[in-house]
Amino acid sequence: MQRLEQRDEVEMLALMLLIRRFEERASQQYQAQKIGGFCHLYIGQEAVVTGAVAAVREDDYIITAYRDHAHALARGTSANACMAELFGKATGCSRGLGGSMHFFDRQNHMYGGHAIVGAHVPLAAGMAFASRYRGEDRVTLCFFGDGAINQGSFHEALNLIALYNLPVVLICENNLFAMGTSVKRSTSLKQIVDRAEGYDIPGEIVDGMNFREVRDKLTEIVGSIRKDPHPAFVEIRTYRYRGHSMSDPASYRTKEELEKYRLDDPITRLRAQLTREGKLTNEQFDQRDKKAKETVIASVKFAESSPELPVEKVYDYVYFNGAVEAGVSPAKRQESAAAAAAATE
Amino acid sequence: MREITYRQALNEALAEELERDPNVFLMGEEVAEYHGAYKVSAGLLERFGPKRIIDTPISENGFAGLGIGAAMVGLRPIIEFMTFSFSLVAFDQVVNNAPNMFMMSGGQFNIPITFRGPNGPAHQLGATHSHATENLFASVPGLKVCTPATPRDAKGLLKAAVRDDNPVLVLEAELLYSSKGMVEPPDEELLIPLGQAEVKREGSDVSIICYAQTVPLALAVAAQLEEEDISAEIVDLRSIKPLDEQAVFNSIAKTHRAVIVEQDRAFCGVGAEICYRIQKNIFDALDAPILRVSQEDVPIPYNERLEKFVLPNADKLMAGVKKVCYA
Ligand SMILES: Cc1ncc(C[n+]2csc(CCOP(=O)(O)OP(=O)(O)O)c2C)c(N)n1
Repeated sequence: MQRLEQRDEVEMLALMLLIRRFEERASQQYQAQKIGGFCHLYIGQEAVVTGAVAAVREDDYIITAYRDHAHALARGTSANACMAELFGKATGCSRGLGGSMHFFDRQNHMYGGHAIVGAHVPLAAGMAFASRYRGEDRVTLCFFGDGAINQGSFHEALNLIALYNLPVVLICENNLFAMGTSVKRSTSLKQIVDRAEGYDIPGEIVDGMNFREVRDKLTEIVGSIRKDPHPAFVEIRTYRYRGHSMSDPASYRTKEELEKYRLDDPITRLRAQLTREGKLTNEQFDQRDKKAKETVIASVKFAESSPELPVEKVYDYVYFNGAVEAGVSPAKRQESAAAAAAATE
Repeated sequence: MREITYRQALNEALAEELERDPNVFLMGEEVAEYHGAYKVSAGLLERFGPKRIIDTPISENGFAGLGIGAAMVGLRPIIEFMTFSFSLVAFDQVVNNAPNMFMMSGGQFNIPITFRGPNGPAHQLGATHSHATENLFASVPGLKVCTPATPRDAKGLLKAAVRDDNPVLVLEAELLYSSKGMVEPPDEELLIPLGQAEVKREGSDVSIICYAQTVPLALAVAAQLEEEDISAEIVDLRSIKPLDEQAVFNSIAKTHRAVIVEQDRAFCGVGAEICYRIQKNIFDALDAPILRVSQEDVPIPYNERLEKFVLPNADKLMAGVKKVCYA
C-alpha cells in the first residue's frame, strides 16, 4: 500500500488545487442549477484535509461533516464521482442518493459526509472501537466544525473515546464561524482545544493555512497512536472564504477579515515555500493548475452525460437485502412504482 | 385584510406575542443576529433586545430542555428549531420531558412552550434534512401539533400556540415561507384555535383532506379537476392534534368520497388515523374506499427525479381522486 506521507509536496499542492478548482466549478454549476439542495464549499480550508491525508495511510478511516467534497477528493475519490454526486447521477460516489452533504466512498475509506451537526463524532468512536477490537493499527480521523463542539453527541463521544482509549484524531476545523455565529458567541471557552482537556485528551493548536504544519503535526500524532492506541485532539485554525453555504452572503463578517486570510492563502503559501526551495517552477505550477482545471471541467462533462438511477430503484436502498416494507407485497410495490414512474415522466 | 407572506405572518405573530407578554422569549440557532435561517425573526432582536431574542450554540437537546425548565418556573418560551429535522437531536426533551411533566407531577407542572420551525421535505436536501415529523410527534400524548398552510393560519395558530398552557409544536411549511395570502390587519387580534380544520374550497364530489404543504397542492389539483367536472372539497386540517374529525365527517357526509394527502409517510401515519375514524363513524356515507397519497416508505433520496417520485405530488393526487371517483 502506498503511504501518502511519502507523496511529494508538489503532488499535495496539486491536490489542493484540484479541491479549489472543483469547488469553484461546483459553485458555478450550483448557480446554473445543475446542483440542488444545500452546497457548502471548502475554499480556504484546503490545507487542513490535504495535510491530514498526507499524514495517514490509505486504509485509515476518515469521517467528516457536510462540508465534505474535499475530504472525498483528498481520499482519492475521483472528481468525476464527486461532481456526478452533486449532479445526482448514478455514477456519483453515493449514486446520486446522498448529494453534496452525504458523500461516501467505502473503497477509499471515506465514511461520509454527515449533515447533522455533531452526529458523526460517535460514529468515529465506533470505527476506532472496531479497529481496536480487531487489533488493527488503523487510525480514525474525525473532522468537524467549531459549531459541533457544543452538541451533546460530541461530548458523549469524547468521553467514550477517552474512556476506551480509542485511536481517533479529533480534528476541529475551526473556521471561526458556524453559519453566522462566531466561536466567541457559541462557546464558553477561550479556545476550542480546551474542550479536549476536560476529557483528558491531549490537544494542540495547528495553523490550518500551513500545509506543512498540519502534515507534520498529524504525522507525529498518528505515529504515536499507531504505536500505542490513544485519542488526540487538534484545533486546526482555518477560514472559509465563501459563505456558509451557497445561499449565505456572509454579511456577519468584514471584508477586511476575509482579505487578511486570503493573503495567507494555503495554496499560495505552499507554492511560495516550494518555489523558494527550488522545488517548483512557475511553469510547473501552471501546469498543475491547468491539469486541475481540466480534470474538473471533464468531471462536469462526465456528470452531465451520466445516467440517473431509474426511479423504482429507490426501494433497493431501504434495506440491505432489498426487503419489502411492512405490508406491501413486491407485486404491489412494482405496480405503484410503475404508476408513479409514469406520473413523474 | 392585506396580503403578506407566510414568513411575515409568523414574524408578526412572534412580535405581537413578545409585545403582549414579557414572559415570552424566542430562543434558537441564528434567530437573533442572523434573523433566523429562513429570516422569520427579522427585526425582532432590534425591537426586543438580546434578553428576549437569544442565539444559541448548536445544542438542540440543551436549549429545548432549557425552554422546558424555564416553562416550569413561569416563562413562556418559543423555541425555534432551524428545521424539525434537527428537533430529532432534542427528541428526548420534546417527547419525554415536555409532555410527561404534567402527568408525572400530578398536575403540578404544565409546560407552556412552543416549539416551532420549518418541517417537511423541501427540495433535494437529502435524507437527514427532509423529515416530516408530524407522525412522530402526533403520536405522543401531551403534545399538540399544528401545521399551518397559509399566512393567515400561520399567524393565528402560532399566536394560539404561544398562549396555550401546554407544549405545542408549530410545524411550519418550509416551502411556503414566501407564499402570500390575505391576513387581518395588525390591529385586529387574530387567534385560530388549535384543533379547528377549515374548508379551503367547497366542493361536492370528493373530499381532499390535507395539511401544510399539501394544501396548495390540493387546491391546484382541485382547480384542474374542475375542468374535468369533478368538484373537490378541500379540507385543511390545520391541526393534527387535536384533530378536528367532525370537519372531516361533515365534508364526507356531503361528498361520500375521500382522498387524504399527507406530506409524511403512510405507515402508522396521520392518514391512517383519519381513515380509521372515518370508517368507524360514517362508514355508510362512503361510496368508495378511502385513498391515501403519502411519501413512499423510503429515506428521501437526493436525486431530483427520485425525490419527486417519493413525495406526494399533483399527478399522484389527481390519479387518486379519479380512482375514488371512478372517473
Ligand atoms: C443538529 C443540527 N443543527 C443545525 C444544523 C444546521 N447547520 C448546518 S451547518 C451549521 C453550522 C455548523 O458550523 P461548523 O460546525 O462550525 O462547521 P462549518 O460550517 O464551519 O464547516 C448549522 C447550524 C444541522 N445541520 N444539524
